[in-house]
Amino acid sequence: MAAAALTLDGVRKGFTRGGRRVSALDGVSIAVRPGRVTGLIGPDGAGKTTLMRLAAGILGPDAGRIEVLGIDVAEDPLAVQSAVGYMPQRFGLYEDLSVQENLDLYADLQGVPRAARRARYDELMRMTGLAPFTRRLAGRLSGGMKQKLGLACTLVRPPRLLLLDEPTVGVDPVSRRELWAIVYAQVREAGMTVLLSTAYLDEAARCAEVILLHQGRVLGQEAPAAFSGPLAGRTFEMRVEGIPARRLQARLADVAGIVDALVAGDRVRIVTAPGFVPDPARLLPDHPEARLQPVPPDFEDAFIARLKDHDGHHRPPPQVTVKVSGSAGDEVIRVEGLERRFGDFRAVKGISFRVRRGEIFGLLGANGAGKTTTFRMLCGLLPASGGELAVAGHDLRRSGAQARARIGYMAQRFSLYANLTVMQNLAFFAAAYGLRRQRRRERLRWALEGFELGAYRDVNAGLLPLGYKQRLAFAAALMHQPEILFLDEPTSGVDPLARREFWARTNALAEAGVTALVTTHFMEEANYCDRLVIMAEGEILAAGRPYEIRQRARTVENPEPTMEDAFIALVQGREAAS
Amino acid sequence: MPWHILALALKEFRALLRDPRSRIVLIGPPIAQLIVFGYAATFDLNHVPVAIYDEDAGGAGRELIARVAGSPHFEVVARLTREAGIAPLIDDKAVLLVLHLGPRFSADLQRGASAPLQAILDGRNSNTAMLALSYLRTILLDFNRDWAARHGRPAPPAVLQMRAWYNADLDSHWFIIPGIVGLLTLVVTLVVTALSVAREREQGTFDQLLVTPLRPVEILIGKALPGMVIGTLEATFIIVLAVLWFGIPLRGDPGALYAGLSLFLLSAVGIGLMISAIAVTQQQAVLGAFLFLVPAVILSGFATPIANMPEVVQWITYLDPLRYFLIVVRGVFLEGDGYALLLDQYWPMAIIGGLSLATAGWLFRHRMY
Repeated sequence: MAAAALTLDGVRKGFTRGGRRVSALDGVSIAVRPGRVTGLIGPDGAGKTTLMRLAAGILGPDAGRIEVLGIDVAEDPLAVQSAVGYMPQRFGLYEDLSVQENLDLYADLQGVPRAARRARYDELMRMTGLAPFTRRLAGRLSGGMKQKLGLACTLVRPPRLLLLDEPTVGVDPVSRRELWAIVYAQVREAGMTVLLSTAYLDEAARCAEVILLHQGRVLGQEAPAAFSGPLAGRTFEMRVEGIPARRLQARLADVAGIVDALVAGDRVRIVTAPGFVPDPARLLPDHPEARLQPVPPDFEDAFIARLKDHDGHHRPPPQVTVKVSGSAGDEVIRVEGLERRFGDFRAVKGISFRVRRGEIFGLLGANGAGKTTTFRMLCGLLPASGGELAVAGHDLRRSGAQARARIGYMAQRFSLYANLTVMQNLAFFAAAYGLRRQRRRERLRWALEGFELGAYRDVNAGLLPLGYKQRLAFAAALMHQPEILFLDEPTSGVDPLARREFWARTNALAEAGVTALVTTHFMEEANYCDRLVIMAEGEILAAGRPYEIRQRARTVENPEPTMEDAFIALVQGREAAS
Repeated sequence: MPWHILALALKEFRALLRDPRSRIVLIGPPIAQLIVFGYAATFDLNHVPVAIYDEDAGGAGRELIARVAGSPHFEVVARLTREAGIAPLIDDKAVLLVLHLGPRFSADLQRGASAPLQAILDGRNSNTAMLALSYLRTILLDFNRDWAARHGRPAPPAVLQMRAWYNADLDSHWFIIPGIVGLLTLVVTLVVTALSVAREREQGTFDQLLVTPLRPVEILIGKALPGMVIGTLEATFIIVLAVLWFGIPLRGDPGALYAGLSLFLLSAVGIGLMISAIAVTQQQAVLGAFLFLVPAVILSGFATPIANMPEVVQWITYLDPLRYFLIVVRGVFLEGDGYALLLDQYWPMAIIGGLSLATAGWLFRHRMY
């Protein structure tokens, strides 16, 4: 076996945050083998970014030894930095420079000889598909294109070790596939070593080897298939006529012996504890016809099972009570020919859809598809340029405060007061929604307990780990028990465990009659929705139940298409038509 | 006041005071500006460097020179013996004024004739030169009068008996420091309020606020309250220092001063929130605040009299709330003005405050970005 391209030996690193010492890496020892793609996965706050920055020589470890391409980082960080290509989560593109100028700048910074540039540029532009846009300002590229340009700038001088920190977060599925193709081409053709952290488990499954990091410790380093080995015979799918998958999932998730239950389209996928033999008749005594179908384990099953083994079982989400007026099935949101123009640019081009009470309704699409604009119009934050919209019978832009008291809103970015504590944030929103005395105390207790925020009560919200920020934002949006929830990219950047927890809560809310409108760019999350629309460039490409939309992409070669396959087929079909 | 508006104001205070950078904005500028204006900025000339070219060496000449040297306004830094020495001293700005006594100065005076005296001034800063000259004239006037009395000569035909009302010593601190109350309060209030909405837009919390049942008018009040409270505290701090530390007399009714202050703060908060509602980032908000502040200070009459400005510019000063408040604060401090005399300053500030607050509230929901 060739010498490792990157070795960490007993590495520790801690930070001081708001007066407390936080350990980011706690004795990490790994070896990344050369000439292949190694995935680094783990929940938020596991220490992925810290590990990347240590390997790039940007940070120094508190203890332990890091060797990159045979160089000790502590001894010669400059030599390491020049041999390594590092692309941070938010790559430093100069938005006011053109694509070409950005490339030139990074070529200058990395000392690429002028003679070698032309050929390298051509190659990179061809791979990234950015060749027609070299004169465009980087700030005007779409999210996916920006990310590809960032990768191109990192690769201007081919590094021997490429470190990519969550390169595909927020990128549309088509660009995501292209990014992967570029990375693999580098490994194949130039023998590059790649270490890549990701929040998408399907991406981790594509890596040659995966390092699982959790709370600053390595939980395992194996090929993805080897991770799922111990799960053989423990994964099943279940479908019962007459019980919606979501409700079935909620029932199964509470059963002792079931480690994980996940909605997968119209079925529920379960992972059982070792030695537990599920019996449909026992699980669902009221549905004798229920059948369990054994399925091969996949990487995500293994990831979740391993994290849950480590953390113990998560508590079920808190009980939610809402006063919902009207009956299930009433039309709660109505959008008719909705349009929004910004100057000449039509961000939303006359879309129509309806949402019924108690539904989870998804708005799916890549960044820039018009989801957020639609969303802001529905919440009354942006006036529509044309068309009609009604939320619970009101146009929130024109109606009074009482109508707004019935909705809960969670913005795309974390949008609570960063330098106020958790408790101060919650208390403020309780007051803003007019909760007083007994009810205010009750709701505050509910939020702290139900969202397990008690330990962070007096911590500034800005210093919380990402998953807890999201919990806090969700708790704040639910303080006043709204009957309609607007959730804009609620799971963006959140790890799989927190994502499940979020969806479990949202499911429970929907069961209680709350209507939820959710935007997401995680295609697989569409399975949690009752109905959804897929948006691209301000138009609705498809609308319907998740199952129906996936069926449209069904081909002979791919009889079980995923939502991502369906999305790509729709986008490509649209491009072919135009 | 409704409970949820108080909660919003409380949140504003917390957001402001828990952020170290905002705390500096509240404490730094008042202290720095008090030092700058309280000590450094003055219209009075003190210790003007002077050179004496005395060809006379007689007793009368020596007496006059002693008077100049003894004045707190002048400091004799050089004595010349030849005429060629004058030019280099003035050119190098070593002295502002050269006093030249001719060879017959004392002799002429003794004879009872009038004795010419030459003053050579550096005219590059005309204002300073005029001031130095007028100090010199005052000294000369005293000298003449005393000389006449001592030598039994008839007194000069007309004698100016001067008395400055409101500021007997003509100490320019009495003029400047009450003005700082207005200037500093404006700076701090404007920056604090200009940042408040912009900070929320930048952090994405403003949308979250707009979807709550709080009405724009309630958000406006909640955001204006902290600015008013902080502005009042800042102003009180400077007023107390002005009286106790700088010894400026507070002759009028403090109630009339605070009535003017609250109307002034209302307009400052309104303009600050207007800037904040337009700005998308905190950086834009701070820039916007200073874009307003600089002309507002220059046009207020803080340093240069409004009456000296061209007429068109004088009309513009009517839009400047600081203009009115400076009249109020100087009036109450030095003249002892009461409510009735200041009424004409109160109502324009009330109108500016009302209009700017209304605009800010409208912009909260209608500003597109």
